[in-house]
Amino acid sequence: MEITNEYIRERLVEKFGEQVTGFEESFDMLSFESPKDLNLKVLQFLYDDETLKFRFMTDLCGVHYPDNEGRELAVVYHLHNLEANVRLRFKVFTSVAQPDVFSATALFSTANWMERETYDFYGINFIGHPNLIRILNVDEMDYFPLRKEFPLEDQSRIDKDDEMFGRGEIFQ
Amino acid sequence: MSEQHIKLPEGSIEKQTTTLNLGPTHPATHGVMQNILELDGERVVSTEQTIGYIHRAFEKIAERRPLYQITPLTDRLNYCSAPINNMGWHTTCEKLLGVKTPKRVDYLRVILMELSRITDHLICNSIVGVDSGAFTGFLYVMQYRELVYEIYEEVCGSRLTTNIGRIGGFERNFTNTAFEKIEKFLKEYPVVLKEFEGLFLRNRIFMERLMGTGAISAERALNYGFTGPNLRAAGVDYDVRVAKPYSSYEDFDFKIPVGTTGDNYDRWLVRSQEMWQSLEIIKQAYQKVQEFKGAEAEVYHADVPEYYLPEKKDVYTKMEALIWHFKIIMGEIDMPKGEVYHSVEGGNGELGFYLISDGGRAPFRLHFRRPCFIYYQAYPELIKGGQLADAVMTMSSLNLIAGELDA
Repeated sequence: MEITNEYIRERLVEKFGEQVTGFEESFDMLSFESPKDLNLKVLQFLYDDETLKFRFMTDLCGVHYPDNEGRELAVVYHLHNLEANVRLRFKVFTSVAQPDVFSATALFSTANWMERETYDFYGINFIGHPNLIRILNVDEMDYFPLRKEFPLEDQSRIDKDDEMFGRGEIFQ
Repeated sequence: MSEQHIKLPEGSIEKQTTTLNLGPTHPATHGVMQNILELDGERVVSTEQTIGYIHRAFEKIAERRPLYQITPLTDRLNYCSAPINNMGWHTTCEKLLGVKTPKRVDYLRVILMELSRITDHLICNSIVGVDSGAFTGFLYVMQYRELVYEIYEEVCGSRLTTNIGRIGGFERNFTNTAFEKIEKFLKEYPVVLKEFEGLFLRNRIFMERLMGTGAISAERALNYGFTGPNLRAAGVDYDVRVAKPYSSYEDFDFKIPVGTTGDNYDRWLVRSQEMWQSLEIIKQAYQKVQEFKGAEAEVYHADVPEYYLPEKKDVYTKMEALIWHFKIIMGEIDMPKGEVYHSVEGGNGELGFYLISDGGRAPFRLHFRRPCFIYYQAYPELIKGGQLADAVMTMSSLNLIAGELDA
């Protein structure tokens, strides 16, 4: 049986009702979201269901939307049904004030490092993670660098004198 | 024996474990990875990995850069097969921007991608040889990787960090010399590969070192998110080139080699088989490229002036071209809004790009699915209970590239 995005959507709505929202299709991939305390239930349902069979976690990452009050941080899961070759994007949102999301490590071993990376960069606290410590950055760091409040250096700065870089004379 | 005859007091040296720091840089491991091994004699009891020694804040930098300025960053991911990273990035951009590439461009890309797959596998396989004490293979194949690097050089001017593509195609057409070099490679390489396989395939020491070590079952490999040769060695025939073809891979006829046991030897075999398949693909693609005649044979990029850079000679001589070049590089043209996930079959697995565009000139968020990052977390499970020497072999046969691991 071919699994279409429409079918996945129907199954999800059938199971979770109005708790799954934000259905969207961009570049052929179905994307939806659920409340953050439901994330494991949704993942488990997608994993267990005999027709959906989303049993391969391709990717897990965080996103920071600073203007999204109350739901600034997102955790994005990319799942793949290898048999029917269908991909799916699933998101949960959480606030910066209380960035607690349940860990998917019990279901997918691959989520272990991906969640550590997401914690490292966004400070999302994965409840139930066996070893939630920084992975790419140094342990002493006390902030989460991929959040938008840490902008990279502005390229148009004027206090940065070109002369110091041996280029000043040319443009005068 | 000793346990039966000598009664050692509890907690004595026999029962104690040793902690050994293998790395961050160690002659037996490649790249910058630290393994803190707990050893009982020679046997690995448990292990912990530390990575991030060459972390470059890749994703953060990408959030301030327009599309073209991200290209050189992707070269440095898996530097053993830089063109694949490049093509992966450019096809992602094309998907987002809705650029359709001509067939000839696709075929040329396939040629380059398969060439780089060959170099990637060649390095990995020969390094596995080196780690088991067989230096000859490594020494021997280097000059044939060189042939591929010469092809890159002919196509784009650089060898390692290639920057080989453009959005919509290539910077310049393949020259006749490039085609000659490809032909030369196609002619010479099978003989070399055969000999290379002959060095290892039935070598007693090599087999004893590799067989049965670092094995993983298909089920665990899937749960760990393995892709590429490492997953196929466990017996799952998942390949992005077939599952979701990009760059006209659907036009080619090739097999996906799979293993059975998922151990180090199978991984080596799968890579070896894949090189043969890559050669087949290159042959077919080369044939198809040759079929283009006349004006069609001159096509090397899509007709998308808003994203495709003007020719270099115009940039140097014409003001408008210079301005236009500048505008594209600085990303003056806003990207369409949207979220795109695109993946290609990299040298060592599924290399994915997840790009969120909010309509600005730089991505709002760019995340790389790096295959190495995913393999390495399974490492403790792969080497547990094995010998220390097997741990080194397992590490090299996973094809870990530090540049990609740390991103």
